[in-house]
Amino acid sequence: MIRRQLLDEHDIARILSRMAHEIIERNHGCEGVCIVGIHRAGVYVAKRLVDKIRLIEGVDVAVASLDISFYRDDLNRRKSHPVVRKTEMPIDINDKKIILVDDVLFTGRTIRAAMDALNDFGRPSEIQLAVLIDRGHRELPIRADYVGKNIPTSRSENIKVMLKEDADADMVLVIREGDD
Amino acid sequence: MEKDLLDIKSATAADIELILNTASSFKDVLSRDIKKVPTLRGKTAVNLFFEPSTRTKTSFELAEKRLSTDVVNFVVPTSSVAKGETLYDTIKTIESYGIDFIIIRHQCSGVPHFISKISNASVINAGDGINEHPTQALLDAFTIKEQKGRIAGLKIAIVGDILHSRVAKSNIYCLKKLGAKIRLIAPHTLIPAGIEHDVAEIYHDVESGIAGMDVIMALRIQQERQSGGFFSSTDEYFKFWGLTLKRLGKASPDVIVMHPGPMNRGVEIASDAADSRHSVINSQVTNGLAVRMAVLYLLDNARPKGFQISD
Repeated sequence: MIRRQLLDEHDIARILSRMAHEIIERNHGCEGVCIVGIHRAGVYVAKRLVDKIRLIEGVDVAVASLDISFYRDDLNRRKSHPVVRKTEMPIDINDKKIILVDDVLFTGRTIRAAMDALNDFGRPSEIQLAVLIDRGHRELPIRADYVGKNIPTSRSENIKVMLKEDADADMVLVIREGDD
Repeated sequence: MEKDLLDIKSATAADIELILNTASSFKDVLSRDIKKVPTLRGKTAVNLFFEPSTRTKTSFELAEKRLSTDVVNFVVPTSSVAKGETLYDTIKTIESYGIDFIIIRHQCSGVPHFISKISNASVINAGDGINEHPTQALLDAFTIKEQKGRIAGLKIAIVGDILHSRVAKSNIYCLKKLGAKIRLIAPHTLIPAGIEHDVAEIYHDVESGIAGMDVIMALRIQQERQSGGFFSSTDEYFKFWGLTLKRLGKASPDVIVMHPGPMNRGVEIASDAADSRHSVINSQVTNGLAVRMAVLYLLDNARPKGFQISD
């Protein structure tokens, strides 16, 4: 197994600052914006974006977390059902601009499930997508509005986003199985 | 997890904890405007009730529908069973429709275990004779945990007809595995033989039994199973054993009172206790839905993959 570090703590902080600026620019501020992180790492990224936006604009953007286990399309294909985590949706999402946040965009199936889950809470005026890493290999017609870094990968590689919230340090690794 | 939920006796504490944690997420779903998730879309459940039941059957049916499962209700008096079909043939016939879940209630203990051996579907025991009623115990544990924040170390009393109660048996297994201290309170005639004192303390006086308890579970006097003269009359039973608000005064000040339903007011419980601030009886009903959704969700995963209609 080969592990190669692609981004360190400083890279990630700079990327998140840029993404926060892009979100504010595109939405002409933060009026009606709500940031929704997908469990688990997406929730951490969402909270960090909220912190960055507070530094830039001086406002607290609404934040929520979404567990998509109940909406997955691969329940019958997985060895075990995913561990169900708490969805916390403290706000009314009707007519809000939702920024959906995940750590890695891969096949797009998680995002599809997340949009289905959001629809059960209401009808946002718009859903935008922000991801820290886009690694390609989409299986659905989904693209991100805000991308931290494009990292072309092969299918045999894996991207691991480690964040201090549940790891020792912030970093992004590419891991290749096999040939040591 | 196994593919079936037949009893709590053979469940592990880890399985129980997993079900309770998962149920907590389903409870959130039930508080939304749209109370349905697509999780088990395309799956089919059969509710096979050989005994009358309103709340358990309704609860299972609603849990299935909230998960987008297709539901077939098998009403026994109008089915081929009334024409003399064996249970084996009934199950095999039902299974030929391509069923994923069989929810079974039967007056004979052990029927769910029998069905699990002849069927590839996930079998859920919804009450078998005087043996067990596992989902009731799970929803009771969920309710206690929700109210008290924990189960380990709590003093929990079960009052009433322990002998005929499958709810009591499942609860004793469940709460014991989760570390509660259990006390059984009943007349001598309604305590089953063979309960060891390391399993539960046994009291034959309701007032001293209730003293200091954190949780009190009242059990229904099962008039349909009372042919042996276990007590003289329901009036006398109420006088000596009925749970009243006055008697609750002996318990811990923040005691919660539970009842699996349906209640016989004025027999095992007085209205002033059933409707008091201590009562969590209505929460039990809501939680039953969340717990049954969690059980269906978790068992669905435990069935062998590539499950086909059996020949």
